[in-house]
Amino acid sequence: MAGIAAPSRLGLGEAKLNQVQQDPAWARRLLIFAALLSLGLLLVLPLATILVEALGKGWGTYWAAIGDPEALAAVRLTLLTALICVPLNLVFGVVAAWLLTRYKFRGRDLLLTLVDLPFSVSPVLSGLIYVLLFGLQGWWGAWLNDHNIRVIFAVPGIVLATIFVTFPFIARELIPVLESTGKDEEEAAKVLGASPLRTFFQVTLPNIKWGLLYGVILCNARAMGEFGAVSVVSGHIRGETNTLPLHVEILYNEYQFAASFAAASLLALLALVTLLAKNIVEQRAGRERGSAQ
Amino acid sequence: MSIEVKGITKRFGAFTAVEGINLDMPSGDLVALLGPSGSGKSTLLRIIAGLETPDEGEVHLTGREATGLSARERNVGFVFQHYALFKHMTVARNIGFGLEVRKVPQAQIDRKVSELLGLIQLQGLGGRYPSQLSGGQRQRVAVARALAPEPQVLLLDEPFGALDAKVRAELRAWVRRLHDATGMTTLFVTHDQDEAMEVAHRVVIMDHGRIVQEGSPRAIFDKPATQFVADFVGESNRIEAEATEDGLVVWGPLRFAAAGVKKGQLARIYFRPHNVYVTGQLESLQVPAKIVGERFKGAFTELEMDLGAGRRLMAHLPRGLSEASGFKVGDSVWAGVTGYHVF
Repeated sequence: MAGIAAPSRLGLGEAKLNQVQQDPAWARRLLIFAALLSLGLLLVLPLATILVEALGKGWGTYWAAIGDPEALAAVRLTLLTALICVPLNLVFGVVAAWLLTRYKFRGRDLLLTLVDLPFSVSPVLSGLIYVLLFGLQGWWGAWLNDHNIRVIFAVPGIVLATIFVTFPFIARELIPVLESTGKDEEEAAKVLGASPLRTFFQVTLPNIKWGLLYGVILCNARAMGEFGAVSVVSGHIRGETNTLPLHVEILYNEYQFAASFAAASLLALLALVTLLAKNIVEQRAGRERGSAQ
Repeated sequence: MSIEVKGITKRFGAFTAVEGINLDMPSGDLVALLGPSGSGKSTLLRIIAGLETPDEGEVHLTGREATGLSARERNVGFVFQHYALFKHMTVARNIGFGLEVRKVPQAQIDRKVSELLGLIQLQGLGGRYPSQLSGGQRQRVAVARALAPEPQVLLLDEPFGALDAKVRAELRAWVRRLHDATGMTTLFVTHDQDEAMEVAHRVVIMDHGRIVQEGSPRAIFDKPATQFVADFVGESNRIEAEATEDGLVVWGPLRFAAAGVKKGQLARIYFRPHNVYVTGQLESLQVPAKIVGERFKGAFTELEMDLGAGRRLMAHLPRGLSEASGFKVGDSVWAGVTGYHVF
């Protein structure tokens, strides 16, 4: 009988605990309602507007806007930029996070601040820096012009500006993960005779893979969606230096609302896919942590 | 298979972790590095393994200079306090990792792994992940992993620190047996004196980055070289008193011969509670005392005695003796000190 009595006592205790800890029901409902309302007004409504506006003139216009050569060129350039930036930042980010968490050296704090710099600088300013460096009137502009190398108002400039803006994502995601895993396992591998590369791929990487993937997803989303910095260096040459976000703006300024929103819907889709991927990664990482304990 | 450390010094910024350490371990030795936290014992162990670079001095392994070699090239077995098992590898792969790295054929690795699983009494658990093992099992896997590449020496950093008391006692006995079976030169770090005394042939005591005494567990316990060692190892009665004349210290009714202490000088006298001799009747060189406290400690009984004027003494009586004598709080007894150290 004791076996039956015990769980019910436990249940009673929990109910009491809940009553003490929780706010009254009306307050809870009010808070939830306020949260949902602001979420709806600020996030869901704009997203819905994009779809409504994009399809406002029917599916035909929608497909025409997306199939437009200039739109396709913008999509291609956006994908190319992400394809270059994400792998490079993957390498930079891992190296920076590794240095910052595994070694104590002079200038460590400075490096940590530099990693965060792109977050604290306005993207427009980031773009401007590149114009001042590589533009015709810039420091290296004359030399580049003499050698027929175009950086500003060309793809290299867009790539450089995007790399700069998206640099912190992967490093910032990895630093806490690397700090919490510690270096015991790496030292164990070293003493057992493993090379640094083998140690990284077989010991460190499995421990940080979810954090790394999460960083890559965020980095990719920003690389594809970056507007400010890219806008300054791009020159808005249609079919050549227009990325998807810039294409949306141009169409909008020309009052081609349906086409503009159609292009924007692609970016919205990217956002949704990113959110989904992020959730899957978080769930997987959580499950692995759970099983490791 | 020997370890020789010559004049090792290591500083971290302004902090000197170890200073001028010399240590000589012949092949087959089993040594405990004992000291409080921050005494530099772990740093010394990590320098021997090649995980830290010394600022000065040399490390020789098996008679060869190893100071310039990286941890990869030294072929030492290292066991970490928190196991440091590879979480994403099975137990078998963990154990075989050192061989996999050396490009040993898989069949040979499998043979070695199953042999080691037998040695650590975890046959059949090779397919598990570290998270599915208990703390004691994990630490045994860590030892097996360190032993797999047949290292020259085995180094253990607080190997039992994270385990509960019973598992710790089992593992101590196991490490001792393992050493008897393999004869591998073994150096382990601990802050637990019982562990050091029980497992090691030789105990090296460190304090503030220096070696303060080394010797057999018995020598360390019976003849502490400094006040620090007497304080750190085992329990002691500590008293402070002035010499009333050259070579004689008087503390209440007790008189201690203290060679070299001048009249008026302050002397510290240490003696073990088991060196306090308590009887019901006066037998020899004893003074009257009153029992004011009694604590049951399992194998022995601890008596707290008052010699008058607030002077307190601790005595440990073996169980048989304490039961036969029937001392209880309030009894008047006679107490004497059979062995002591003057610092």
